[in-house]
Amino acid sequence: MVHGEIWTVKELFTYPNEYIYWSIQIVMYPFMTGLVAGAFVLSSLYHVFGIQQLKDMARFALVFSFALLFAAPMPIVLHLQHPLRGINVMMTSHFTSAIAAFGIVFFSYGAIVASELWFLYRKHFVEIALSLKDKQDKTFSEQLKFILYCTLTLGVYDISEEALKKDEKAIKVLAGLGIPVACFLHGYAGFIFGSVKANALWMTPLMPVIFIMSAIVSGIALCLLTYIAVMEIRKLLASRKKTPYQMYQSKEELKSVEMHVVKITAKYLLFFMIFAISLELLDLIFRGYTAVKSWDVLRSVIYGRDFTDIFILQYGIGNLLPLTLFLLPGLTLRRTVIGVLLVLFGVFMMRYNVVIGGQAFSLTFAGYMHYHLPIIPHNLETLKEGLFGAVGIFVMPFILFYFIGKVFPVFNYKDSH
Amino acid sequence: MNRRDFLKKTAVVVGGLSLPLSAFKILTPKELLASTGSKTKTRWVFLVDTYKCVGCGMCVKACKLENEIPYDANVTRTWVERYVITKDGKTFADTPKGARDGFVTSKIDLGEGRYQDIKDKDIDKAFFVPKLCNQCENPPCVQVCPVGATYQTDDGIVLVDRKWCIGCGYCIMGCPYGVRFFHPVYHTAEKCNFCYHRITKGLKTACVQACPFGARQIGNIKDPNDPVAKIIMTERVGILKEEYGTKPQVYYIGLDREVK
Repeated sequence: MVHGEIWTVKELFTYPNEYIYWSIQIVMYPFMTGLVAGAFVLSSLYHVFGIQQLKDMARFALVFSFALLFAAPMPIVLHLQHPLRGINVMMTSHFTSAIAAFGIVFFSYGAIVASELWFLYRKHFVEIALSLKDKQDKTFSEQLKFILYCTLTLGVYDISEEALKKDEKAIKVLAGLGIPVACFLHGYAGFIFGSVKANALWMTPLMPVIFIMSAIVSGIALCLLTYIAVMEIRKLLASRKKTPYQMYQSKEELKSVEMHVVKITAKYLLFFMIFAISLELLDLIFRGYTAVKSWDVLRSVIYGRDFTDIFILQYGIGNLLPLTLFLLPGLTLRRTVIGVLLVLFGVFMMRYNVVIGGQAFSLTFAGYMHYHLPIIPHNLETLKEGLFGAVGIFVMPFILFYFIGKVFPVFNYKDSH
Repeated sequence: MNRRDFLKKTAVVVGGLSLPLSAFKILTPKELLASTGSKTKTRWVFLVDTYKCVGCGMCVKACKLENEIPYDANVTRTWVERYVITKDGKTFADTPKGARDGFVTSKIDLGEGRYQDIKDKDIDKAFFVPKLCNQCENPPCVQVCPVGATYQTDDGIVLVDRKWCIGCGYCIMGCPYGVRFFHPVYHTAEKCNFCYHRITKGLKTACVQACPFGARQIGNIKDPNDPVAKIIMTERVGILKEEYGTKPQVYYIGLDREVK
């Protein structure tokens, strides 16, 4: 069977080779990179612009962004027909292609996040390494831990006031540098779509900007959600057992800190959301007003076939509803959770409507293609490019975050920054 | 050196360097080749006379066999479209299985197993249009390939390297003509290459050879004595989807505004 045939249903006049070649993993790709970029921008708001209220959130967002970073290229690997040849992109980069620079953009961004993390946690590494060094009769796990932390210090053990001041400056520079690179990483994903001249729905110079805005929205929403989840777990632990580790933060203390951070972050979320929605609506209005050759088929897709996906699921449930929830006075934790979940859903639907919606009509402008997401896998193709593959990709950063959080403690960590 | 001096000296150096440098011109390899006069003498083009096409599908069949595209797979390097325009101004078009078996019924295939029966008396005009890769002068598929696995030869044919293609599908998305697909066996991008293995040995393409009515012809536009080149130069011919700026090199006689 031809790739794509299994989930594509064709209607009216389409070319014989047309199928929905870019399926759910290509929806996941901009969704995941968007989360990476958004989480980083959120952390930079504190480091660069000195928004003090976000201090607690900033470190968390940076570590989470690092965890997400590993998951971001995975959808592409699952999508490629020859995943083992993926490395060819780095070996013979053909730079007229928007995808060719992916490796370079991705790794330079990764380097920035990694070095910023290193500066942020350098003191922590040194402290642990030194404390283990002095310890006699180390157990095997302690020995491993010692080696790990010694490696992480990169041989620099200077944690004097002066050195830490310099670290702080480096973090600020890296965070500042990271903002344009993070925006580039994601704007670039938008460019991959926006520059396809053969696709009437994708081709717009607004695409990268729309992608960046919705990326920041989704990144902030995910950070907020994970933050609340982690805080809830900590509250639960704080009320249950009183280990010395958690002694200095009572349940009430945690609660007030949490609500404060949540309220501030929600404000930034709203701000970027309004930007994103305005741009998306501008694009839609502009297409309708100029009504070029492709508008007839686009209109039938946007207002007809995909009406539920676009206007009910994306704009209604994904945008309007959370906007109302956040704008109503007296924001509560529960309302925030519902709000951010809806925002994440809305951004996902936006990606879905761009990627799948862009292939919902034929190049003939006289036919349609319907996408049916494979749910129960019965071969490798439907496993990796089906519901299981997509959910797997989404869950991956959370598992990674758990492990990365062991090395880079996000909470209960006092430092000079 | 203070800041003011530094800026001054920088300005002088940049100015001083850019003046003589602007006298030089950077040439692309293509321009260099053109200037040295070692131009290739071949540019393959294709000519389709839609008046002669009857929709028998021999070309599609021949292509599938010649180029080892699995016979029953629903993809094809070349295909034939049928257009029926009715008296009430409606346009119907279809290409069942790429017209591999010809058009065996007068009913129009609407997809999903539905057919539209059109009575002869309601038809204003009807015709067939064969399609294949346009071997564009400005191919978007070559532009978007991230690894350079698809490339244009000197004589204008766009080829795919099956050993290097990563299967991202960007070229398939980039082609406005829908000629590209994933090969069901090799899982790499696949397309019509004017039977490059044949034409470079002086043979005709499989589809040209199989066409019983001479609707398809291949030629060399750089050869003034080539019969195909003569027709393209002297008669009125059309091309598909000019608005994309791809400069397609498949020319059509008898193109209609309804052709998609």
